[in-house]
Amino acid sequence: MKNKIPVSINREHVLKLLSKGMRIDGRDLLNYRPISINFEVAGKADGSASVRFGDTYVMVGVKAEIGKPFPDTPGEGVLLVNAEFVPLASPDFEPGPPNEDAIELARVVDRGLRKGEVVDLKELCIVPGEKVWMLWVDIYILDHNGNLMDAAALASLAALMNTKLPEVKVEGEEIIKTGKFKPLNIKDYPIAVTLGKIGGSFIVDPLLDEEQLMDCRLTVITTKSGNICALQKSFSGTFSQGDVLKALNIAVEKGKELRDLLFSSFEKFSSSKA
Amino acid sequence: MDEEIKLIDENGLRVDGRRFDELRPVRIEVGVLKNADGSALIVQGRTKILAAVYGPREIHPKHLSKPDRAVLRCRYHMAPFSVEDRKSPAPSRRETELSKVIREALEPAILLEKFPRTCIDVFVEVLEADGGTRCAGVTAASVALADAGIPMKDLVVGCAAGKVDGVVVVDLCDIEDKYGEVDVPVAYMPNKGLISLLQMDGILTMEEFEKALNLAIDGCKKIYEVQKAALKRKYDFTEKLKREADKSEE
Repeated sequence: MKNKIPVSINREHVLKLLSKGMRIDGRDLLNYRPISINFEVAGKADGSASVRFGDTYVMVGVKAEIGKPFPDTPGEGVLLVNAEFVPLASPDFEPGPPNEDAIELARVVDRGLRKGEVVDLKELCIVPGEKVWMLWVDIYILDHNGNLMDAAALASLAALMNTKLPEVKVEGEEIIKTGKFKPLNIKDYPIAVTLGKIGGSFIVDPLLDEEQLMDCRLTVITTKSGNICALQKSFSGTFSQGDVLKALNIAVEKGKELRDLLFSSFEKFSSSKA
Repeated sequence: MDEEIKLIDENGLRVDGRRFDELRPVRIEVGVLKNADGSALIVQGRTKILAAVYGPREIHPKHLSKPDRAVLRCRYHMAPFSVEDRKSPAPSRRETELSKVIREALEPAILLEKFPRTCIDVFVEVLEADGGTRCAGVTAASVALADAGIPMKDLVVGCAAGKVDGVVVVDLCDIEDKYGEVDVPVAYMPNKGLISLLQMDGILTMEEFEKALNLAIDGCKKIYEVQKAALKRKYDFTEKLKREADKSEE
């Protein structure tokens, strides 16, 4: 049980530093921890990636299955996001079905991917009304040290960028896999940036200790062109209207940084494979 | 389905004939349930929601209790007959998320520290869903909390804005929510001027978002007047006496 200093004792120290524009790990308020993004980390998955923000470690695997479309969207494939808070990731995680935090995380990541139009679901249709690709995006939290939301969203997008779908042919009733693969067509690159409000200051990429002291947080997901595609306020505090607008501007800026990092990591990975 | 649905007509009016900044008619009734410590019914257009509050009361299981304050618990739930196709009564992932955001929208308004080691349960039952249920749920729940006599810093009001057919509008109905582009639910504490719930689902530019947020907050301020009037109808005795006097004169 390391780092188990009671939150209330830490609070004074954290707030005092923040008022001077400093963090407990020496970062500036609006700096991320060192980030690393790795692709193709699970061989059996159709796409996968892992992301580390400092000691936070999240893995995402994408599995593609052929299934039946939803009756109200017969010409579209299906994108499903699920998050598992694996018990090995934190002393606070317990085995069992996803709790409300895991459900919220998965739903916010889902909203970002869907509304950010990462994939055109129409392209995932094989036989309208009958057979479509179902993409399961499974988020696996492996080490929880704060800011799961941003790490999970980034890892999910990275895993989709790395996803290859089997090429299929339709012959009568049957669907035949040709044995070839083609990469998933990625349309946009929405990035989640979570702003934490703590003692009147905004911070990005909170540590677990900071997260427990935050009044509230706002997750802002922005597209490549700098528009907002999803928002989620959580925790029990409040924002003023000015706070919200300030947060959005920071999120657009930080989103750009993370997106550039994602692109350069992906390029490095692609060239290492070539 | 890909057929085009026109959400804004040539006169700039919406599917139900409203202008972009017009709310649906809102009616709130206080104290509609006998057993609950506080309750409220909200009817907003065709959305109909009951909220009930139990507590402060003993918490069960006890290990969940907090030594310095009350625990707020919230359950948002949709009746199986509240939507077009029957909804399974088992809680869905959506309901779990909404229960969380509604709880977090109400929590900053309540003086939980007045009731250590207890819990306050808020139940939000959607009887008829026609868009904007989480916001109407927050509005009704905060009136029910007031009806239960729980001390609060402010009422909390919910109202959504969004974008349909390229136009930023307030208080989306179900068709607008389904076929429109964007939904921005907001909960607001009108006296404090603070936002306690904010979500968004769809693409907006910065300018559009600012406009939507302003429309939602204006909507909240209007619904706040309905909340106050509803509470006064039950609790303002001078008004009650006046009403009775008027009646006897007739």
